[in-house]
Amino acid sequence: MKDPVEDLLRELAPQVLGALARRFGDFCAAEDATQEALLAAATHWDGIPDNPRGWLIQTGSRKLLDQLRADQARRRREVLAVEPPPVVYERDDTLTVLFLCCHPALTEASAIALTLRAVGGLSTGEIARAFLVPEATMGQRISRAKQKVRSLDAPFRMPERPEWASRLRSVLHVLYLIFNEGYAGGGGELVRVDLSAEAIRLARMLRALLPDDGEVAGLLALMLLTDARRPARVDAAGDLVPLAEQDRRRWLRPLIVEGTAVLDAAFRAGAVGPFQLQAAIAALHDRAASTQDTDWPQILALYGLLERMTANPVVALNRAVAAAMVDGPAEGLRLLAALDGRLPGSHRLDAVRGHLYELAGDAAAAAGHYRAAASATASIPERRYLTMRAARLNAGGNVVPGS
Amino acid sequence: MAKYLLIVDYNGGDVDTPMDEWTPQDIAAHMDYYGALRQELLDSGELVDQQALTGPEHAKVVTSDGVAAPVVTDGPFAESKELLAGYQLVDVDSEARAIEIAAKISCVPGPGGVPQRQPITVRRVMDAADFELLTSEV
Repeated sequence: MKDPVEDLLRELAPQVLGALARRFGDFCAAEDATQEALLAAATHWDGIPDNPRGWLIQTGSRKLLDQLRADQARRRREVLAVEPPPVVYERDDTLTVLFLCCHPALTEASAIALTLRAVGGLSTGEIARAFLVPEATMGQRISRAKQKVRSLDAPFRMPERPEWASRLRSVLHVLYLIFNEGYAGGGGELVRVDLSAEAIRLARMLRALLPDDGEVAGLLALMLLTDARRPARVDAAGDLVPLAEQDRRRWLRPLIVEGTAVLDAAFRAGAVGPFQLQAAIAALHDRAASTQDTDWPQILALYGLLERMTANPVVALNRAVAAAMVDGPAEGLRLLAALDGRLPGSHRLDAVRGHLYELAGDAAAAAGHYRAAASATASIPERRYLTMRAARLNAGGNVVPGS
Repeated sequence: MAKYLLIVDYNGGDVDTPMDEWTPQDIAAHMDYYGALRQELLDSGELVDQQALTGPEHAKVVTSDGVAAPVVTDGPFAESKELLAGYQLVDVDSEARAIEIAAKISCVPGPGGVPQRQPITVRRVMDAADFELLTSEV
């Protein structure tokens, strides 16, 4: 996003929505009015007005009042004779909006869509293209999410303090999913909004609002330290390049430096959470000049902590890979045996088994697992990568570097 | 304009060898051919949707009478060659153009760069005009 007006509008979007929702008490109507105000600004502004936030709130208020009057006229009631009061809003309601959009009662897909629209200031069309679904489908999803929020009948205010920890976890999880969608979805589609960049922008915003929270910082650090590898993750032909084979000179040093600094500050803040641990693992990879150079014992120990903290089978999968690097592929394969049936429908278990059999020098077993993984993934780049891997082994080919 | 569904199944045409037994170069050429064709159809504005499906061993068949719990049958299935592997939905001027695109899909390069001659089924999607014809007769 190079357009300063667009940047400003997207930053102000949740603040305007918060102000309108607080004033009118109707989050859904406020959300529609905010989008209309943003659109009006994008079409009418010739440069940036003196008080852009006030302009947007004023415009949104008028749209909301028009809507209310129309509704009431339809119901043959008296027209509400209210002029918008002068706008003086000091409060930044962005955090309140974020908590509401990531409400645990919403499905993940709904929370993601609503967050991108209400907090990210993206249009329904942009979000639809980012997730490669028709605009009507995404419109329905957002509309259902708003109905759900309405049915919660939650007053527009910050959750009570005791609820904060669990509500903040939902927010962090949603931002993490947005980042992953952008990262795993890969590039290539010029029309796609860069979801990873958007997730990083929202995480930065959240950190500015909650500077003392270690997990908020941990999530931002994890995103930065992961995104730093993006230029090396796909080769010129568009094929995925695994970490071990990436050209590390192409990693983005400024992101690594920033991510490491954010992480160090988070660790100094005290209590360690899952995002900080994942960021610490990412930092160890980013710091190493090669796979051989990587501090695998430290990574293995961090995955051990993370597994105890989260009981997530994907973490166990990664721990098995780290164990293979420390104690040999047989140990990794032994750990994987405990995961059978815990990752239904996922191609990852087969992909990792293929990798570890390849490290162990068993080309036939490796190729079989790569083939099974290729058949189970719905991602074209991954299918291509896994099929290639199997084909190289079947052709009597190489064993991965670093073994 | 009319929409056509171009269906690819697991019948590999002249090629019986599973893809992971091809050379990596042949796989790359095969995938790149599909990629270039997709871009061409995106640029011409004719591609509505294109999807590849996960393998038939991950398929499930569901039957239900709407009352009892549905019966779910897991794959693999006997006639797997006839199962859908993927499709392109195109919006084109004529059936002739749909056939032209299907031919391009069919001759995707296989091992050694030899065109696969994969059979592509071309089905026109019903549109509003079909229903107008029906109702005008009532």
